[in-house]
Amino acid sequence: MSIMEGTGVSISFGGLKAVSDVKFNVEEGEILGLIGPNGAGKSTFFNLLSGALTMDSGTVYFCGKKISGLKPNQICHLGLGRTFQAAKNFPGMVVYQNVMMGALFGKKGRSAAEAAKITDEVLDFVGLTELKDKNVTDIPLSAQKQLEVARALATRPKLLLLDEVMAGLNPTEVEDAMKLITRIRDSGITVIMIEHVMRAIMTICDRIIVLHHGAKIAEGTPDEISTSRTVIEIYLGES
Amino acid sequence: MSKTNDRGGARIKQQIIPIVIVAVLFGLSFLTRTGSALRPSYYVVLFVSILNYIVLAVSWNIFSGPSGYISLSTAAFFGLGIYVSALLGEKLPVPLLMIVAGVISFAIAAIIGVITLRLRGVYFTIFTFGLVLLLQYFILWYEVKFNNLRGRTVMAVPYNTVFICLLILAGIVLIAAYYVKRSRFGMALTGIGECEDAAAHIGVNTTMVKVIAFAATSFAIGASGAAKATTMIYIDPPIAFNVMMSFMPVLMVIFGGAGSFLGPIIGAIVFTLLQEQLTTKWPKWYMIIFGVVMIISIVFLPKGLVGSFGEMVGKRKKLLLIAATAVFMVVGFIFTKLLAAAGTNIGGLVFPLLFGIIGFVIFANVLKRGKEAA
Repeated sequence: MSIMEGTGVSISFGGLKAVSDVKFNVEEGEILGLIGPNGAGKSTFFNLLSGALTMDSGTVYFCGKKISGLKPNQICHLGLGRTFQAAKNFPGMVVYQNVMMGALFGKKGRSAAEAAKITDEVLDFVGLTELKDKNVTDIPLSAQKQLEVARALATRPKLLLLDEVMAGLNPTEVEDAMKLITRIRDSGITVIMIEHVMRAIMTICDRIIVLHHGAKIAEGTPDEISTSRTVIEIYLGES
Repeated sequence: MSKTNDRGGARIKQQIIPIVIVAVLFGLSFLTRTGSALRPSYYVVLFVSILNYIVLAVSWNIFSGPSGYISLSTAAFFGLGIYVSALLGEKLPVPLLMIVAGVISFAIAAIIGVITLRLRGVYFTIFTFGLVLLLQYFILWYEVKFNNLRGRTVMAVPYNTVFICLLILAGIVLIAAYYVKRSRFGMALTGIGECEDAAAHIGVNTTMVKVIAFAATSFAIGASGAAKATTMIYIDPPIAFNVMMSFMPVLMVIFGGAGSFLGPIIGAIVFTLLQEQLTTKWPKWYMIIFGVVMIISIVFLPKGLVGSFGEMVGKRKKLLLIAATAVFMVVGFIFTKLLAAAGTNIGGLVFPLLFGIIGFVIFANVLKRGKEAA
């Protein structure tokens, strides 16, 4: 069953078609990879799904509800969480409070006690419990990436958009991030991830969509994508 | 176990500060006994100014402090309040004037907010400043063109009445400020100030939160203008929409310490006293001295009085700082007496205040440096 479906998703900035006529669907419980060269429109695509940008044309349905045209907070309340490519956190708050914000505002009518419980669970789930009293500016990059994920998870999403959570991490940290994403999926949350770390994409994704110049040029399983002529020419290169 | 105790303690503490606020304001209400309706005492007149500025500074800080949307529209809503009193002062009692002014300010702020709060950073600030000038010149044009007049007289109301009305308004604003800071709404405002995109994507209705905060604080500012107007006798658009009323609350918050509960209150009290004393004792030097104090405080106390005080590590340093400031104030007082004995009568609190500020600046910086060395 698909949790999200979109047709004709497009946006232009001036004369540049950043995302053009993308048709896609996301199956419930899968990890969907989104790859493509720099400037392909991957992050813009995320911004359209999460409501940060309004699409020029096209429609997106999420859990049977039309979300194109809604505002970010409304889309979040329907159960869509996201992280940002360049970590966006609340620098004046400690790690715990950052996650707490997600728990408090992620769903309407959540009590403070409930939110506190969710915060503890999520901190434990991503492995940030030890750092919970630290200032966000004092924790390493890998922890900041985890914090992005934790804040999004604290809203209790059904679908999570991860925008390059492995960028800048060392191989061990990438390994940990891969395990974390798999555990997120196993806990029942569908994941769409943008990533340049091919090893991670090819290992954990069930399906992959390739964007180039804003258009979808390929879609399939990791095996199909890694052997596709067009994808190799445009993005992966000859080995 | 200890966690529950902490929460219980916090809950009790949460009730104490509002009770203290009410008690202090109730105590102040007895100042009306020091004068009569026709001849108010100096303290009542002074406190009308202080309370007025407390309302403006604290209101400004409720919205602009955490959200980072620096508003310069205070004079616009203050001026609207003044004009409400000028037009309806003969028909309505002061509390009703304040409510009418508040409601009008709320409505206009809500409309302005919906249109402009999508502007970020300096664009919002410039727009709000433009609003003051727009209203000022629009009303001037309207009055001259259709009513053939430039200014209006405002129905005078006994100072004691205005004082009590402002006392109640200040009480409401202070208690609101205290609870908003600790509420989910306050957290949303802080989230917007620290990272608006992140806040929106975890479910904060950023537009709604900003508009409500901006409009609700404008209510208090408008109400304050309506009360203050009844002590002004004559007003015209440049007086009512005096741009200084936009800057003063900001300067008071910066001077007192942004981001703290006490900062805006202390800033409003010290600045009003200083302004009052300088305009009466040294009218020619008023603006120059005021500017110098402001520059010194921004350069040497970037976190304001309360912020710098909070930076002192340990009770000993905090007490030392208070003692040093007190000693400097006493020296200023003695200096005033000596000058008076020598025949130069620059009385009042000018020197105690200036000396106190200088003492605080010097010791706050020296004690902080001591910490770094250690």
